[in-house]
Amino acid sequence: MITFEVQTPDGQRRTIEVPEEINLSLMEVLRASAYEIEATCGGMALCATCYVEVLEGMERLADRTDVELDMLDTLPSSNARSRLACQIRVTPALENAVLQIGNGS
Amino acid sequence: MITTDICIIGAGPVGLFAVFEAGLLKMRCHLVDVLPQIGGQLTEIYPKKPIYDVPGYPKINAGELVENLAKQIDPFKPGFTLGEKVVSVSQVSGGGFVVTTNEETVISCKALVIAGGLGCFEPRKPEIGNLASFEGKGIMYFIKDPEVFRDKRLVITGGGDSALDWTIHLAGVARRLTLIHRNETFRGAPDSAEKVFELARAGKIDLLLSTQLTGVSGNGRLSSVSYIDSQKTVRSIDSDFLVPLFGLSPKLGPIGEWGLALDKNAIPVDTVDYSTNIPGIYAIGDINTYPGKLKLILSGFHEAALMAQSAFRFVYPDQKLSFKYTTVNGVNAF
Repeated sequence: MITFEVQTPDGQRRTIEVPEEINLSLMEVLRASAYEIEATCGGMALCATCYVEVLEGMERLADRTDVELDMLDTLPSSNARSRLACQIRVTPALENAVLQIGNGS
Repeated sequence: MITTDICIIGAGPVGLFAVFEAGLLKMRCHLVDVLPQIGGQLTEIYPKKPIYDVPGYPKINAGELVENLAKQIDPFKPGFTLGEKVVSVSQVSGGGFVVTTNEETVISCKALVIAGGLGCFEPRKPEIGNLASFEGKGIMYFIKDPEVFRDKRLVITGGGDSALDWTIHLAGVARRLTLIHRNETFRGAPDSAEKVFELARAGKIDLLLSTQLTGVSGNGRLSSVSYIDSQKTVRSIDSDFLVPLFGLSPKLGPIGEWGLALDKNAIPVDTVDYSTNIPGIYAIGDINTYPGKLKLILSGFHEAALMAQSAFRFVYPDQKLSFKYTTVNGVNAF
């Protein structure tokens, strides 16, 4: 199992557990876990409605690609912890990560 | 006042195709969209992306699909109100609806179709407390008439293509133009970025990189903009206008206020004809929900066809509908 924590804007944290062979993006897993994420573009890094901030564990994730950085760059605010959930594969690298959702646009 | 048979809110692919299906039944349509162009998210978000699941097209770019839909509905001469947001919908006693936009355009129709996708595209706004109090009083998120900036002081913030393009376009219009960008470089089109750097070198604009907008102030109207620069110093500049350009993001918008039942930002419909809880109002495409709903363009097209058959009775209450294939009769315009 891959276990990570998701924090909502009200500060509440919830642990999410998914099987290692799930082969989905973090955006898909968050949506399936009933978080209100629009994901308008369906995962093309084009709308930023799946914006998350990685509070813990950023260094273990694969680097942000150009496509993702291009989109993050257009937002009113983004920082070194900013990610688009659709661009993160759910793999063991996400183990123990803490993600903040709902602060995006 | 614009009078039409069917008013369609949302000019995305499904709203556009609804004109075709309505047209086959001799119903005229008027489309309203908050975006200044047709195509909805296909044009706004991914015009160059290929779509693989439109029947008959192994692969088609989103922008091209919109162009084709525009051609397909052209014989039916739909009306368009673009760049305006529908703010209110009221029922007329004796049947029909009156739709009003934020710019006071009034449309009278016999049936109303909501093809609003994920809602209204609204500008992403920087998180600055009193921003809203200067909206329309110096702060704007869309540029409709560049002439309003003539000989004025203007600050643009953002680093995407639209911030670059407008900076280039308005450099010779505004008295003084300052572009504020959070990062050191631009990731937008390299040509545009180079032009912006050239304008800055030539002293035609002020370019503030690694700089973030922090505040706005004024007495009733915007008069100054403050920012934190690359040296972490807070400074301010006098400005008549501020245009934050951080792209658009979909929000449900006023649809929630029209008396329609809602389920998690979607409108529940009857799958017999995609009608809502209000007789005469239909919802098709990504905005609706029903058991088994799939947010696919092709599902929206199907919904448009069934909607038109049902809306016919509101437009022509005294006529009997007979279904005809286009292969037999062709597409007969009005």
